[in-house]
Amino acid sequence: MRKVAVIGAGMTLFRRRLQETPKELCYEAARGALDSAGLDLADVDAVVSGSAPDAFDGVHMKGEYFLDGCGGTRKPYMRVFTGGGTGVFSTIAGWWHVASGLADVVLVVNEEKMSSCQPHPQSVFAHIWDPILDRPLQPNLIWIFAMEMNRYMTVHGIKKEDIARVAVKNKRNAVDHPCAQLADPHITVDDVLKSEVMAWPVQRLDISPPSDGAAAVVLASEDVVRRRRIKDRAWISGVGWCIDSTMWTDRDLVFPEYVARAAQMAYKMAKIDRPRKQIDFAEPYDPFDYKELHHLEGLLLADKGGAPKLTRDGVTERDGDLPVCPSGGLMGVGNPIAATMGIKVGELFWQLTGQAGKRQIPHEVRTGVTQAWGDLMQYGCVVVMRA
Amino acid sequence: MYGGKVTQTRFRPDARYAWSAGEAMSRFLEELQNGRLIARTCAACERVLFPPRMFCELCFRPTDAWTHVLDTGTIETFSVSYLDTNAKRIAVPILVGVVSLDGASPRMGMMHYFGEMTKDDIRIGMRVKAVWRPPEERRGSVLDIAYFRPLREGEG
Repeated sequence: MRKVAVIGAGMTLFRRRLQETPKELCYEAARGALDSAGLDLADVDAVVSGSAPDAFDGVHMKGEYFLDGCGGTRKPYMRVFTGGGTGVFSTIAGWWHVASGLADVVLVVNEEKMSSCQPHPQSVFAHIWDPILDRPLQPNLIWIFAMEMNRYMTVHGIKKEDIARVAVKNKRNAVDHPCAQLADPHITVDDVLKSEVMAWPVQRLDISPPSDGAAAVVLASEDVVRRRRIKDRAWISGVGWCIDSTMWTDRDLVFPEYVARAAQMAYKMAKIDRPRKQIDFAEPYDPFDYKELHHLEGLLLADKGGAPKLTRDGVTERDGDLPVCPSGGLMGVGNPIAATMGIKVGELFWQLTGQAGKRQIPHEVRTGVTQAWGDLMQYGCVVVMRA
Repeated sequence: MYGGKVTQTRFRPDARYAWSAGEAMSRFLEELQNGRLIARTCAACERVLFPPRMFCELCFRPTDAWTHVLDTGTIETFSVSYLDTNAKRIAVPILVGVVSLDGASPRMGMMHYFGEMTKDDIRIGMRVKAVWRPPEERRGSVLDIAYFRPLREGEG
């Protein structure tokens, strides 16, 4: 397999409702990524896009609908979808185009516009459930996260205060992100604990709300990096992905085994056998505050039930020993599902190339890991990147 | 216009769905009408698979036999929801969660509602029993169980 580098990244604002069309959002992110790589569309061999269910936009064949904005016309183009995992998975799809030798430069563009769906995109999620077993009970998607959070808290004896610390950390980190929707420099643990209960134990400030946005990265082969003397690049050293059964009522939700399997696949490729020593920072998927903790354990960066202590001890702060979500994460920057690529893969690129500005981790970081999660609490994908 | 602010299109597609229940779930729904829960066994991994399925997804071979499981079980996890299916707020919370059923392999169960308990009583590990709708009201649906209630002393 050939070495693959991320050589550029771009993203739009994340907002509850943006006035731009999906196509315009894609264009803005893609143009930004190409500009940061110093390339033009003519240099791009293939385009990969990622986006969540078509029903948010109310337009089927969404990948074709925003294709022009992705720069995909008259090129090999594909859209990938792995639920919430799309935010990291589309980069893996881009990676295999380059690693295989099929393409030298690939543009990856992710878009989400959830605000089109009125009055609330939640009603679209009703259609992901098993029609016979689950749907007669009229489930709300937040229920399953509440159930997973409750199981995780109860089995390990974790207090809500310790979970709320993640929301506080990430919303404060997001103050330094120019695209952030939900930054709050003054938020406290008490604010999270006193916020409205949605589906206990999930409260308003435990969750990242729907959002609009787009993000893009440019991937290139080692040969392109050398030939063009590209200095700002971060190497993709490992990729992994894994899915467990959709029959979620047959699984113990306390530990995301599928994330651990995806991580082991990525770590093996990246020659990482002691992740806690060899990984300098992480951007795990944090659509809920407890998910950052759950995923740190799945990524084998904390013992089972041990991630809350890392947060409480300040280890995961931007200036801690293992900075986690230095971008501000989904909790702080926003959650336009697939477009979270900008704060996951994008953040790894910016941190590893020293371009994260006010978000830059104050000590030197050489290796980062990012991960996304989706479908019915069953899908994990992991990317390891090196400076 | 939506809320007087944005252009909105109302579109109600004429697309109704008639899902095939399949062999395993058809039998499962039929047994619900009889007030019973049914599973399938896999002789290779020796699991009692609930919900029932005609092939084992791990052994990747046909399952072997039908077996009834009990309508009692344990709350594996739950939520107290103040949101309905469309994320609208509701005053009286819905108690909902996963029940692992006695007689099935460990942690195998189903999502359902809980009743005859308050949000302060419910806890993980609580023993519960199905409350069935009267036979004439059963329709071959998971809603043939109204909810799960706490197991009383001397039961199960």
